[in-house]
Amino acid sequence: MRRRRETLWAYAFLAPGFLLFALVILYPIARAFQISLYNWSIAPGQASTWLGLHNYNRALHDPIFWRALVNTAFYMAVTTPVQVVLGLAVAVLLDARMPARGLFRALYYLPVVTSWVVVSLLFRYLFMTDGGLVNWLTGQHVDWLGSRWTAMTVVSILGVWKGIGWSMVIFLAALQGVPQELKEAAMVDGARPWARFRAVSLPAIRPVVAFVTVMLVIGGFNVFTSIFLITNGGPLDETQVLLTYMYRQAFTFLDFGYGAALSFMLTLIVFAMSLAQLRLFRRPSGRTA
Amino acid sequence: MSAYVLPRRQRVVALRLVLLTAGAVVMVLPFAWMLSTSFKPDSLVLQVPPQLLPHHATTANYTGAWTSNEFGRYFLNSVIVAVLTTVSAVFLSAMMAYAFARFVFPGRTLLFGLLLIGLMVPTMMLLIPQFLLAKNLLLLNSIWGLVVFYTGGNLALNTFLLRSFFADIPHELEEAMVVDGAGPWKRFWRLILPLSRPALATVAIFTFLGSWDEFVWALTIINDPSKRTLPIAIALFQGQHATSWGLVFAASAIAVAPVILVFAVFQRQFVSGLATGAVKG
Repeated sequence: MRRRRETLWAYAFLAPGFLLFALVILYPIARAFQISLYNWSIAPGQASTWLGLHNYNRALHDPIFWRALVNTAFYMAVTTPVQVVLGLAVAVLLDARMPARGLFRALYYLPVVTSWVVVSLLFRYLFMTDGGLVNWLTGQHVDWLGSRWTAMTVVSILGVWKGIGWSMVIFLAALQGVPQELKEAAMVDGARPWARFRAVSLPAIRPVVAFVTVMLVIGGFNVFTSIFLITNGGPLDETQVLLTYMYRQAFTFLDFGYGAALSFMLTLIVFAMSLAQLRLFRRPSGRTA
Repeated sequence: MSAYVLPRRQRVVALRLVLLTAGAVVMVLPFAWMLSTSFKPDSLVLQVPPQLLPHHATTANYTGAWTSNEFGRYFLNSVIVAVLTTVSAVFLSAMMAYAFARFVFPGRTLLFGLLLIGLMVPTMMLLIPQFLLAKNLLLLNSIWGLVVFYTGGNLALNTFLLRSFFADIPHELEEAMVVDGAGPWKRFWRLILPLSRPALATVAIFTFLGSWDEFVWALTIINDPSKRTLPIAIALFQGQHATSWGLVFAASAIAVAPVILVFAVFQRQFVSGLATGAVKG
């Protein structure tokens, strides 16, 4: 009897939230794949026609899809290691008793809490050809947003600049969790700071490095707002990434089926990458003694 | 006494400070440039050489953004959406978290697993089916369409974070209330929620900022200019007035100010929330 009342109470607490969650998250998850199998029609009264895997096949023969994939991978491959290394470096510098520590942490974190819209427009302004601050400071006249790789570089710099604070805060929390006795023991043994870091701190925060890396890879593949607002995929689709291309197919060309297929492929890639990394990080490396 | 003979410890601290300052300049310079531009008249925005401290500083961009360009209204829309989302998402996820933390019931593992799936799927993958759903629910072009989907989108992470916090509250406290005849709702409302203020503050802050800054969903479902929130209003404004950078950045500063304020006041909750290792800002 008491058991049944417990269950009823639990369901009562769960119901409002979970029903909403099921409606706006679970149901769309189930629908996402289904839509990708159709030539989806949004107009009322028009039937959607079944295409099977045609939308996926179409992507594989679409040169812009491949270019978007390469651009996305470029962004991920550039921003992830730089954010890990610089975030860790700043965290190590901050991991000591020193003046203005809280202030520094706040300043590095500032870009993280600022909206993507604002910082994207800001970087577009900074990298303008005429009158842009970057060209002026470096004394050049580069048309940053006019061609593929310079534009991708601008977006990657933005990604790094905005993300360092995030990895820094997480690394800092992890470094502060490294047992003080271990560091002192290494110091007594006469190890230099770099050797101490390699031998004590780095192995101790290894799971956190793995976590940050996985999250940054996922985030890198999901790059959207910065490209959308800085180049909008241009010039001539040269800087499309998967999500901007998906967005254009769905909400400019109203080709929801193809858009759904593109986003489903992105999700598969992200899942596969995450699983592969978890494997890689789980294997203990033989180098760290 | 020259720097050379400073004790080694102090030299290391000095080196740290120099490196950190150099990095901090790179972090802050773009913001300084944004603020500087927002106080410049249009004619001087692209002036060469650029001035960091404008000679003819003016607040015209701020008054222009707030009044004639309706950013006051967009600000209000953003406040309404973010507040409603935060209240409903925190409340609903606290209830769910309480059920998962304190009750044993059939389907518990399954339901929690479903929440975790919602946590892992990239939100952009759901954009198309969510758009079609919102269309069928007549939620396109409405503030409610933002609130409902933002709330639903925040439930999984909030529930996940709150559940682990609730689980650490000692059972004895609740048992004492049971002896006094208090039912589950009273225990949740009078005991669990008051004891969890720090955790509730953390999830509330992240939910608030997430909905304050959200761009893609709002861009996708809102057409009516009077219903715009700040992020889409700023982006669309820039698209239409490509050279009015002073106005764009005045509007941006207006949009960023509350975020900086919240961040400055609640820095501790930010860091503790991040350190639990599940939040990507």
